[in-house]
Amino acid sequence: MAIRLTQRLLQTQAPFLTRGYPLLVTKEKTEDVAHTKSALQKKLTGTDIPSAQYGGRHGVTMLPGGGIGPELMGYVREIFRYCGAPIDFEVIDIDPSTEGNEDLEYAITSIKRNGVALKGNIETKSQSLSEVSRNVAIRNELDLYVNVVHCKSYPGIPARHKDIDIVLIRQNTDGEYAMLEHESVRGVVESMKVVTVENAERVARYAFEYARQNNRKRVTTIHKANIMKLSDGLFLEVANRVHKDYPELEHNNMIIDNTCMQAVSNPHQFDVMNMTNLYGTIVSNVICGLIGGAGLISGRNYGDHYAIFEPGTRNTGTAIAGKNIANPVAMINASIDMLNHLGHNEHAKVIYDATYQTIVNDAIRTPDLGGNHSSTDVVENILKILSAKRVNWPHGNYFNQS
Amino acid sequence: MSMLARQLGRTVVQAAAVRRLHVSAAVAGQDSAYSANRTTCTLIPGDGVGPELVYSLQEVFKAANVPVDFESYFLSEINPVLSAKLEDVVSSIQKNKVCIKGILATPDYSNEGELQTLNMKLRTELDLYANVVHVRSLPGVKTRHDNIDTVIIREQTEGEYSALEHESVPGIVECLKIVTAKKSMRIAKFAFDYATKNNRKKVTAVHKANIMKLGDGLFLKSCEEVSKLYPRIEFDKMIVDNTTMQMVSNPNQFDVMVTPNLYGAIVDNLASGLVGGAGVVAGASYSAEAVVFEPGARHTFAQAVGKNLANPTAMLMCGTKMLRHINLPTYSEVIQNAINQVLKDGKVRTKDLGGQSTTADFTRAVIANLH
Repeated sequence: MAIRLTQRLLQTQAPFLTRGYPLLVTKEKTEDVAHTKSALQKKLTGTDIPSAQYGGRHGVTMLPGGGIGPELMGYVREIFRYCGAPIDFEVIDIDPSTEGNEDLEYAITSIKRNGVALKGNIETKSQSLSEVSRNVAIRNELDLYVNVVHCKSYPGIPARHKDIDIVLIRQNTDGEYAMLEHESVRGVVESMKVVTVENAERVARYAFEYARQNNRKRVTTIHKANIMKLSDGLFLEVANRVHKDYPELEHNNMIIDNTCMQAVSNPHQFDVMNMTNLYGTIVSNVICGLIGGAGLISGRNYGDHYAIFEPGTRNTGTAIAGKNIANPVAMINASIDMLNHLGHNEHAKVIYDATYQTIVNDAIRTPDLGGNHSSTDVVENILKILSAKRVNWPHGNYFNQS
Repeated sequence: MSMLARQLGRTVVQAAAVRRLHVSAAVAGQDSAYSANRTTCTLIPGDGVGPELVYSLQEVFKAANVPVDFESYFLSEINPVLSAKLEDVVSSIQKNKVCIKGILATPDYSNEGELQTLNMKLRTELDLYANVVHVRSLPGVKTRHDNIDTVIIREQTEGEYSALEHESVPGIVECLKIVTAKKSMRIAKFAFDYATKNNRKKVTAVHKANIMKLGDGLFLKSCEEVSKLYPRIEFDKMIVDNTTMQMVSNPNQFDVMVTPNLYGAIVDNLASGLVGGAGVVAGASYSAEAVVFEPGARHTFAQAVGKNLANPTAMLMCGTKMLRHINLPTYSEVIQNAINQVLKDGKVRTKDLGGQSTTADFTRAVIANLH
């Protein structure tokens, strides 16, 4: 891998120190997607865009992405149409094979307008070094600093552990994903891991606030401060400091390697986890794997102004695309999160109940959950349940009053 | 004296119409007791021919078996005695989040010296900031221009309608036109979002910034700023006087228009005239939470009250738009197709479209075409 990377570096002709991500900055019109703005600058942009809610209906950006994304989005739209969710999707396809970032920029602008997006995983096929990962670019540009994955076991689904209920809260923009890599001397590549007080504090505060509001008992900060004494040390220190404002909650810390071992042997000890970027992605994949794989759990990305909802483990699923065996539940759960975020709690509940009944009670499951049903079987069963209990206009707070 | 008599006569006629409405609504309410899957919609019949048109709408809904119940409120500025309280109407709309409304007559003078009209109060109370009028040539309606398909989006909570007028020195009256960046941005974003959602290509901002450099200038600047967020939609601007001329000579060049308050009122009416008049154009007013559907050109047609003459097309189309909004597209299509069929056949036409049929005839024809 390292050899390949070096070979690729050798092929390009730009000066060595500007390799990698900074190249992008020099290209015209792409400064918008670059990492050039400070977090504070990002916070200030886009604050004055009015929200896209008209007559009780919300505009939402839909980025189907690659692989199984488009099929899953089709199912979500069918379900929304069936239960009359007041959402108008603005679908933006990003062609993975194109070079350049025009579609990506348009998608980011669209999310800025609508405030909320439902997203599949977007492929970045281009091997050119100047192309950043589009998923990362979206998160950076919109300053979606926290990623929340709520891993909760479904009863009856074959899994290694039962009754897991862990909330994984991950710093989403800093750390190893800063995409600052360069070859200082031939054969030596340095990759920077950036930890800032500001972002560490925002994510820690989010974790503690989440724990308080959801009656959780304990927050565990995951780190590797014994090796990276300054960067992870800072992350840990900030978490300890924020904990002082939440005396009723327990706070402990755990080293990442030990965390992975504990997660597979005794996951019930975890409650809320507060993690840096790379550790977060590893641990969330481990725990999602423990309770049923990539097809079940949804993830939420929040910034101060925008929110993106997507399947929790961010897999593209290219290998199973078009085979009608992809598990639609993760994307449906993401859409439920989105409805809750927008305040359409009744719709969210109806869809959640129907999904739960389908995979738990009716045991209609795709092969990844040990079933032998197709994706469309699952969706059709959900629609069947939904048709029995449609949600009517008006929605929201007034729904239950009549 | 004669005015008093006329007023009294009108009151009697409208009261009668309203009582009939209430009865019909109550009957519909009984049906609904058997099914939980029904939607409630606030209904304001309005002045002039409003009650007759609303009755036609209710008849069609009943015939099409639409699962919608109406909550009727008679709201009127010229009949303060019969009028329901504004607070009640507002809270009903806030609860139901959809409303169908006839036109409220607004007198040119005010007895209490109040500058805000009832319409304006309702809009400010509910923050119904965006008025959308979709002007579209109808099949079978002969007009000067064909294939008109323009959407006019009008800001309707500020501008000239701020109701801030005073006489600073005797003989000198000042009327304040308020333009704020916040509301201008909001309406511009509404227009562009509407264009995005409905696959429109172009948004034209209508202004008079060459004369009102600050006020309309701010509106225009806000529109320009918002347009940068929509790189795939063309943005154009046009001065209001030129717009009216272009509208009557070459209306097909317009796609979506975004206008401040007064210009919007003018362009709305002008455009409605191009496709057949006040009787055939539906509109809607949006806030973030609620929508009020009302005919696009605001004309009460008071001289036809009780004569069974008015064209119910606009009100019926308000109904179909409402059904689409509350996720009942199938019912919406059935009724819209019936309306189109009746207009296309051209056998049953009300007077405004050159026919001799009555409101009731038209309603019956639509019902007969529901399949």
